[in-house]
Amino acid sequence: MSEKPVKVLARNVHKSFGRNEVLRGVDMEVRAGEVACIVGPSGGGKSTFLRCINHLEKIDAGQLSVDGELIGYTQRGGKLYEMHDKEVAAQRRSIGMVFQRFNLFPHMTAAENVMSGPVVVRGDNKKQARERAIELLGRVGLGDRGDSYPMQLSGGQQQRVAIARALAMDPDLMLFDEPTSALDPELVGEVLDVMRRLAEVGMTMIVVTHEMGFAREVGDLLAFMDQGVVAEMGVPREILANPQSKRFQDFLGKVL
Amino acid sequence: MSADTREDIPAEREKPPIEAVPVRHPGRWVGAAIVAVAAAMLLHSLLTNPNWGWSLISNWILSPPILKGVGVTILLTILSMIIGLVLGIVLAIMRLSPNPVLSGTSWTFIWAFRGTPVYVQLFLWANIIALYTTLSLGIPFGPEFLTFDTKTLIPAFVAALLGLGLNEAAYMAEIVRAGILSVDEGQEEAATALGMSRMQTLRHIVLPQAMRVIVPPTGNETISMLKTTSLVIAIPLTNELFFQASAIGNRLFQPFPMAVMASLWYLFLTSILMVGQYYIERYYAKGAMRELPPTPIQKWRRRLRMGGAQA
Repeated sequence: MSEKPVKVLARNVHKSFGRNEVLRGVDMEVRAGEVACIVGPSGGGKSTFLRCINHLEKIDAGQLSVDGELIGYTQRGGKLYEMHDKEVAAQRRSIGMVFQRFNLFPHMTAAENVMSGPVVVRGDNKKQARERAIELLGRVGLGDRGDSYPMQLSGGQQQRVAIARALAMDPDLMLFDEPTSALDPELVGEVLDVMRRLAEVGMTMIVVTHEMGFAREVGDLLAFMDQGVVAEMGVPREILANPQSKRFQDFLGKVL
Repeated sequence: MSADTREDIPAEREKPPIEAVPVRHPGRWVGAAIVAVAAAMLLHSLLTNPNWGWSLISNWILSPPILKGVGVTILLTILSMIIGLVLGIVLAIMRLSPNPVLSGTSWTFIWAFRGTPVYVQLFLWANIIALYTTLSLGIPFGPEFLTFDTKTLIPAFVAALLGLGLNEAAYMAEIVRAGILSVDEGQEEAATALGMSRMQTLRHIVLPQAMRVIVPPTGNETISMLKTTSLVIAIPLTNELFFQASAIGNRLFQPFPMAVMASLWYLFLTSILMVGQYYIERYYAKGAMRELPPTPIQKWRRRLRMGGAQA
């Protein structure tokens, strides 16, 4: 496993909002094809870290790279240059993101949502993009709901459309920000199933989640983030069976 | 037991309707009677008092100068609203820009044009010739490349458009800005995460959703604009509806019927605008409601069908 190339590398990542220091030196390494789950108490910096990976938030210090390329900066002759918005947008294209609140575009049908990235960003042909959108919707089990508006879909269905929308840009890294937290309990399973299948075909995924079962079964890596740092990290079964720190033990005691 | 009750539910059960004496509302009846009597009195006076001059109105309402006035009024309204809307969107985007020069300029524009009466602005545009006899394009404090004579550049109609359009832009800018701010932040994030640029996000994701908030006050503004065109007398631009109507009224020593006639035209035109607004609102409701509200025609059909069923 360790011979696979490093996909995401974080070294000493810091981020503050005003005086509130949210990330205080995060280190993480995720290799291609791995599924990394991040768990931890709320306010621990999980979502912020995830948002830093595709530059929705700008980091204050440290290094964050995807495929060996710094996110948001270019390095030339030992000096860092801030990237132009267009270059950042280009970097984001190969990174898919799924949000807790789905964030589907309500004025577009499911198929139009899925097409929007390829058509607007890449300038793809509309007809082909539509066919591809229907195919992607089929992959998340919604092949017949292409003409439905998000409002007409259940939460689980909306989140699956959101996953299809992210996949439409052909990303090789998927970020999931608590994808099942806003769902009714009976709808969680259908979304996790889609994610599990995505993991099986080798997608690199970083998942912020409270679903410990998913983390244990699907995850190759589990990170416990607390107070702005990765407090513990390792193979899920091992560290869940043998949590080292008191805080991780406490956290597990609450969620399991 | 549960199995039994389940079987029961879909089966045909008797539904005896509730028979109760409905609550009476005598107060409402008294109120309705008073209003009905007042309305009948008004109608009676409208029809029988000769001073309303209905025959005069019917003689003149479709006369060439009035029709031309209606045309100019409509043209002024449409063009001013287009200027207002386009410039308003630009100003709103500038106002939300992180660049302080852009947002400051937009703020100042809105401050100046919203803060002075449109009547005064119209007067100023018409008399800008008093301030600048020539307009020139060049480097500030440096050489000038192009020079125009303001007398030929700004005839009355252009002055009217500048006055009405720029004033409207200041209002539209705030309406558009409110619309943009009403769109959930997550929308912009999702679009950004897909790799869209700021402008792509604005055009494809934010503005179409903002329209839901923008359209109703814009309809309001259009109706208001239709009536504001009567102020271009400040320039003076004299071939619009109200000036034409009052000119005829003064000539005939019958100003009142002619003012009523102009009002009837304004009412007719605003009624058309209201219908248009309804359909535009319905179009932008896409995705925000589970089902689109019915068009008036659909409503009537439904009512007819239900009436037929009851009969």
